[in-house]
Amino acid sequence: MSWHWQSAAAIAAAVRSRAVSAVEVARAHLDRIASLDGKLHCYLRVDEKGALLQAAAVDAAVARGEDPGLLAGVPVGLKDLFVTAGLETTAASKILQGWIPVYDGTAVTRLKRAGAVLLGKLNMDEFAMGSSNENSAFGPVHNPWDLERVPGGSSGGSAAAVAAGLCAIALGTDTGGSIRQPATLSGVVGIKPTYGRVSRYGVVAFASSLDQVGPLARTVEDCALALEAIAGHDPQDATSIDAPVPRYRDQLGGDLSGLRVGVPEEYFAEGLDPKIATLVRAAIAELARLGARTVPISLPNSIHSLATYYLIAPAECSSNLARYDGVRYGLRIPAEGLGEMYQQTRAAGFGAEVKRRIMLGTYALRAGYYDAYYLRAQKVRALIKRDFDRAFSECDVIATPTSPVPAFRLGERTADPMAMYLADIYTISCNLAGLPGLSVPCGFVDGRLPTGLQLLGPPLGEEVVLRTAAAYQRTTRWHERRPPLATEGVA
Amino acid sequence: MNRYEPVIGLECHVQLQTRSKAFSGASAAFGGAPNAYTDPYTLALPGTLPVLNRVAVEYALRMALATGCTIRRLSRFARKHYFYPDLPKGYQISQYDEPLAERGKVEFVLDGEVRSVRLTRIHMEEDAGKNTHVAGAPFSLIDLNRAGVPLIEVVSEPDIRSAKEAAEYLRALRQLVRYLGICDGNMEEGSLRCDANVSIRPVGSEKFGTRTELKNMNSFKHVQQAIDYEIVRQSQLLDAGERVVQETRLWDAERGSSHTMRSKEEAHDYRYFPEPDLPPLKIAEDEIERVNALLPELPIARRRRFIDRQGLSVYDATLLTAEREIAEYYDQVVAAGADAKKAANWVGSELLRELNREAKAIGDCPISPIALAELIGLVEEAIISGKIAKDVFAKMYGTGRGAREIVDAEGLVQVTDPSAIEAVCRKVIEANPKQVEKYRGGNDKLLGFFVGQVMKETGGKANPEIVNRLLKRLLS
Amino acid sequence: MKITADEVRLTAELGRLALSEEETARLARELDAILGYMEKLAAVDVAGIQPMTHAVALDCPLRSDELGSQLTVEQVLSAAPVREGDLFQVPRAIAHDKEAP
Repeated sequence: MSWHWQSAAAIAAAVRSRAVSAVEVARAHLDRIASLDGKLHCYLRVDEKGALLQAAAVDAAVARGEDPGLLAGVPVGLKDLFVTAGLETTAASKILQGWIPVYDGTAVTRLKRAGAVLLGKLNMDEFAMGSSNENSAFGPVHNPWDLERVPGGSSGGSAAAVAAGLCAIALGTDTGGSIRQPATLSGVVGIKPTYGRVSRYGVVAFASSLDQVGPLARTVEDCALALEAIAGHDPQDATSIDAPVPRYRDQLGGDLSGLRVGVPEEYFAEGLDPKIATLVRAAIAELARLGARTVPISLPNSIHSLATYYLIAPAECSSNLARYDGVRYGLRIPAEGLGEMYQQTRAAGFGAEVKRRIMLGTYALRAGYYDAYYLRAQKVRALIKRDFDRAFSECDVIATPTSPVPAFRLGERTADPMAMYLADIYTISCNLAGLPGLSVPCGFVDGRLPTGLQLLGPPLGEEVVLRTAAAYQRTTRWHERRPPLATEGVA
Repeated sequence: MNRYEPVIGLECHVQLQTRSKAFSGASAAFGGAPNAYTDPYTLALPGTLPVLNRVAVEYALRMALATGCTIRRLSRFARKHYFYPDLPKGYQISQYDEPLAERGKVEFVLDGEVRSVRLTRIHMEEDAGKNTHVAGAPFSLIDLNRAGVPLIEVVSEPDIRSAKEAAEYLRALRQLVRYLGICDGNMEEGSLRCDANVSIRPVGSEKFGTRTELKNMNSFKHVQQAIDYEIVRQSQLLDAGERVVQETRLWDAERGSSHTMRSKEEAHDYRYFPEPDLPPLKIAEDEIERVNALLPELPIARRRRFIDRQGLSVYDATLLTAEREIAEYYDQVVAAGADAKKAANWVGSELLRELNREAKAIGDCPISPIALAELIGLVEEAIISGKIAKDVFAKMYGTGRGAREIVDAEGLVQVTDPSAIEAVCRKVIEANPKQVEKYRGGNDKLLGFFVGQVMKETGGKANPEIVNRLLKRLLS
Repeated sequence: MKITADEVRLTAELGRLALSEEETARLARELDAILGYMEKLAAVDVAGIQPMTHAVALDCPLRSDELGSQLTVEQVLSAAPVREGDLFQVPRAIAHDKEAP
């Protein structure tokens, strides 16, 4: 039995019924990581000892007749943005290299409580800034479908690890598409919940008003399961929503009759790879075949989302990253004076993209420019949100492409920041509006590079998004295809 | 000198006496071993988030309501950015263009007149840690115990016209925060801190001059000295045809002068923006009503009541309202039946003297307000004399026993029987023939001598009025 | 608008980033291009629109004034790049002209 291709739901059931031990499942994944990850570089750190201890504890709980939780024995990988007590956490940055946290974040605590087995920390773009995972200070991740190509970003390690069977579920974060875009490029499912649905406590901050935690998995059902485990109010995060968490896994059945699927023409305009347009339109047609009614809608301010995002996110990033100053933790470059120490430490510790965004954000917040840039961007953000409010009075869920292009070649876009930023063109407005968004595989460009359908829901509309995606996945086979590299590995 | 009018505004930081910090559960206590009062948030560890302290908001509201401010139903927190090692996040969570409260006033007495200084705003923020420069060493040391302690900043309008007035305003502010129970007002420990904006302008001019900001004044005396120094300095500059430079100046208490602060940060651009980690703070109407209802009677109102309704002197009223606890003690003595003026004398002189001698707070006073009222009643009813009462008071203070109990046990009840007193008077007259002769010869002052002798014979218990009356009759 | 090298230097100063001359020149070009793209927001009619500061409208929750779990001093200083006893040690602030890159 090759446990690495099993779904989280199947693993949890098998562990609970003692058909397999959690230790055995963990071992299988650890072995697979050891044999395959040299090529992919998904993991920055594998916590073999910790994983086996957690797995043994799950087995012991089962043996005692206890229920170890929703994710009993499920191997989970964590983007290295999640703060883990006793386990180095770097955000893929040199400035945090060597930092061993003294606390666990809320999502991590909840995963542990649900019986998950945490395998290690996954590669990412430094501080979650990037769309290709090439901004990791510790080297890029390779796309399992084509090692010459990027897995997307910033949760590139998370997406690639799930795609390659190096974990059943991975946690990522999504500030402007960082779960959905790599999920698309790596051929897996990823959901960014409503802002505030999952606590941000213990997640290294990038842009606080946009960051949101979510799972990536090979099936919609597994995403639902993981989301159920981590979602819910957290008194340690003042922006966390105090609303009950539905049993998402029980909401996935049924056809789509009566569902109104909004299709915004703005998302099929210039810049979209025509092959992706064809695949996405086919996917929308499939939703219609399942009973949904498509409704043309308009999100006219979407065209401003990229500019809005690249003012708000860098501004917040420049603020959030001010704490990396060489005083209390992380890197310090010794220097004579305090100012020199700050400047040298931050110059040596941050990579080029992070510096670019700190500069951009610092500039946008400066006294003379605040009104023209940051404040104006926040007003346009309100307009973007208003578009969605209007749209959701006409439809229940919105369907769009997730990414305008399939996975691109490593190095192809690194020279031009603007070209890289355009990779997030379809995912960003969802973060600006705080809405739930999901990407589900919907085909392969040229038969070999995966792409995805993006489904957006109204605030706290995770259920409708998951239900739509689950219905789609029940009648399609895209998610059952395995990347060529991975199938050659250890069985 | 008098050709210029000083224009002064104060910005005061008040540390709120909460148990935990403004945005996290670390202890907000003063002192402590270095870095002992910290938690992941205080250290600005990656992934930590602020959660606002309910009591800090209530304390800020108390101050805002006590100063008559308008409360914003929706106020916002903002990040103020600058790099300094005592500021762990690289920004301070503060309030910027939508503060908690605006447009209030602080009233106080200056040279016998009630003065009022308008407040621009009161906003909430968090304190920074402590950066200690080690003399001679090329490094500084950081203790983050204070980082994150809740503060309110109270910003006055430039309504103050002299250094003395500034000091009085500050005293009133200190009195107020102590009345409200939100801060101990300790300037040495820094729980109350004050910066002053000072400018001068020719008398009669409406236009403000260039102002300087004064820092590092940690007592009322320093505030007054530093502002006076600055007024003279600016006057001399203008007299010499020079200009005042807008700058921050540090007061050096030892030298009695101020100097330009070496800028810790040349480019001041705090890059304020709304704090994304904290939703706007909503203050409900019933919350305002609840806090308002719990406000104590404030010093100025209390002082007015003591003068107008209790008939106290301005001096006594001011003395007794200096601290809320003393004023409340006094009110309780009166409520227990004591005469208002006599109670004021006892509390204002005997009691405060004893307490001050031992540096004791009135809360630790061994004499309860009811016990003191009883003592005052004994004098009032002529059961003991005023002189005996002072001895009884001392015994009450020392032992905690009641006035009546002491008087009864020690047989201190005043002798008021004229025949008993007359017997003693006759005895004294017989024993002092020479003095009797002199008195009768016209030396009236000797009456005091006879009174003293009688009191000595009776152990101070004879009613002095009766003694006087009888002696005069027997000697004439 | 044209982002000059001086603007880049001042911004880097505020963000405490030491930049080489080459980085400064490159960032001036890049920021100019990026901010040029942002210029299109200037054309959006935002009259009467309230700025959106939060993705989801919530009230600020309040925490009771209780002590949470505190760290031991060893935990506090465990990651300190340089410590002196139980304090964090930093180079002393020196006159600003010496701090400039």
